[in-house]
Amino acid sequence: MIKVNNLTKAFGPKLAVNDVSFTVERGEILGFLGPNGSGKSTTMRMITGFFPPTKGKITVGGYDVLESPIQIKKLIGYLPENAPAYPDMTVRSFLTFSAQIRGLSGSKLRKAVDRVLELCFLDSVAHQSIDTLSKGYRHRTCFAQSIIHDPDVLILDEPTDGLDPNQKHEVRGIIRRMGEKKVIIFSTHILEEVEEVCSRAIIVDRGRIVADGIPEDLKLRAPGAGSVLLKLRDANVAEVKEKLQQIKTVDSVLVLEDEFTLSLRIKAKYPAPGGDLALSVSQAATDAGWRLEELHTESGRLDEVFRTITQSETAQEKAA
Amino acid sequence: MTISIRNTWVITKRELGGYFASPVAYVFIVIFLVLTGFFTFSEQLGGFFLRDEASLNSFFSWHPWIYLFLVPAVGMRLWSEERRQGTLELLFTMPISTTQAILGKFLAGWAFLVIALVLTFPTVLTVRYLGEPDMGVIFTGYLGSVMLAGSYLSISCMTSALTRNQVISFILSAVLCFFLILAGWPPVTDLLVEWAPKYLMSIISSFSVVTHFFSFRRGVIDSLDVVFFLSLIGFCLFTTSVILRSLRTN
Ligand SMILES: Nc1ncnc2c1ncn2[C@@H]1O[C@H](COP(=O)(O)OP(=O)(O)O)[C@@H](O)[C@H]1O
Ligand SMILES: [Mg+2]
Repeated sequence: MIKVNNLTKAFGPKLAVNDVSFTVERGEILGFLGPNGSGKSTTMRMITGFFPPTKGKITVGGYDVLESPIQIKKLIGYLPENAPAYPDMTVRSFLTFSAQIRGLSGSKLRKAVDRVLELCFLDSVAHQSIDTLSKGYRHRTCFAQSIIHDPDVLILDEPTDGLDPNQKHEVRGIIRRMGEKKVIIFSTHILEEVEEVCSRAIIVDRGRIVADGIPEDLKLRAPGAGSVLLKLRDANVAEVKEKLQQIKTVDSVLVLEDEFTLSLRIKAKYPAPGGDLALSVSQAATDAGWRLEELHTESGRLDEVFRTITQSETAQEKAA
Repeated sequence: MTISIRNTWVITKRELGGYFASPVAYVFIVIFLVLTGFFTFSEQLGGFFLRDEASLNSFFSWHPWIYLFLVPAVGMRLWSEERRQGTLELLFTMPISTTQAILGKFLAGWAFLVIALVLTFPTVLTVRYLGEPDMGVIFTGYLGSVMLAGSYLSISCMTSALTRNQVISFILSAVLCFFLILAGWPPVTDLLVEWAPKYLMSIISSFSVVTHFFSFRRGVIDSLDVVFFLSLIGFCLFTTSVILRSLRTN
């Protein structure tokens, strides 16, 4: 549904977006991750047709951004960064305006406005002027504007920025529910959000894509992902280590603590999702009759992956 | 076609609503009415009662000067406010063209100025009460004034696209409008006549809004004057679109 090919945007000599390509299909919720200034907003602004790419091609629903901008804008709902809205309007009149611009009128328009007011929990402030709203409400007002025409494509630039934990939870819920039938791209720097909502994540750093995949796979890139943590009561270190090293998929065994409980981290040779290594370890424990206190597979944390990827790039650049 | 008219109208409606949402609009209208009244009826300035004629000459003669400050005040927010609030990004990712957006906002400002102008009708009633004015001349005078306001407004629209700062936008457009007055203002043209050749003089003064406004005040609708005002407006709005596009293209 969205195809981005070799997209590049230069601001003067600086490449804000550097040769980015990806495709997103209906039903996907794509999380766009990256440190500040990595080009997330710039990419979104080009997809929504706010400014043209320096190089590259974007198509949305088969239309080219440069050739049929109006067609594309009809398909897209967009929440810009910082959620701009006309401060002199009331929430309701702002949403009515957005619906009119989207070609709605009469009872359809009223229904659309009522629907998003309810969906975004804005009923209580519908007649309040936007400049008197707190940040969370203003953000949701702009979000409401982006879904007023029930668009096929939803582009959200930091949709949960500045919301309190409850509001964040609500907005994520809305995104997840809508993601079943639409294409959604949203940017964030909150990693738990990606795991909670996205079916796929792209990590960008200084204008380039440095990782692209489902969150579970990306997590395996974390150092220590797929390792098994084992805690035993009254065990002999040497004996346990020897037994464990006999397991074929074990790479190394590290003793973390050896006092009342013996605690070990067992690293797999080939990190993989699922608990294969844990099963082997559990089998060994049963065979040897160890008193098992704890056994679990470390899934790897996305923020570790994020740090590793974006920092190693920086390090490479410095070395070069 | 109908869709572009509809889009333009939606923008105009929103913008006009924006004017009346703030008390500034009412303050503006009051200031406008007080100023036009003052300049018209004051003995030194307009000399309405001294002229002993049933016309609105003293009323219209001050319009180029009153508009010089009031029209930029109406137009300064048109684009600079959109830029400052970030709503420009919202507007230009909605399914409307740049032309529709510019035209919609411009028409809203113009409509606001026309509303203010219509509220000066008591002046017309006064001359009708006192004498028998030529209503045709009064009508063309108003028409010229609408044209004048529109051309100042298009200049303000252009300068407001240049900056996020409303004050800068105001000053820039007041200065530009001032030049358009000076080019045909007798004290200046009399001075220029001393050294400039005649053909140059007529070129310069043909760029002046005062010159073109003058025939309207005499009761003449010359198509050349109408073309002048409309092309000035067209040119400024086109330049606005170029500025807005280059903002986005960077
Ligand atoms: N209009 C602009 N003019 C010049 N530089 C810009 C402009 N917009 C963004 N940039 C630069 O491009 C880079 C990417 O910015 P952005 O896309 O906003 O990053 P992100 O959204 O990931 O934080 C930044 O270094 C920023 O300074
Ligand atoms: Mg950003």
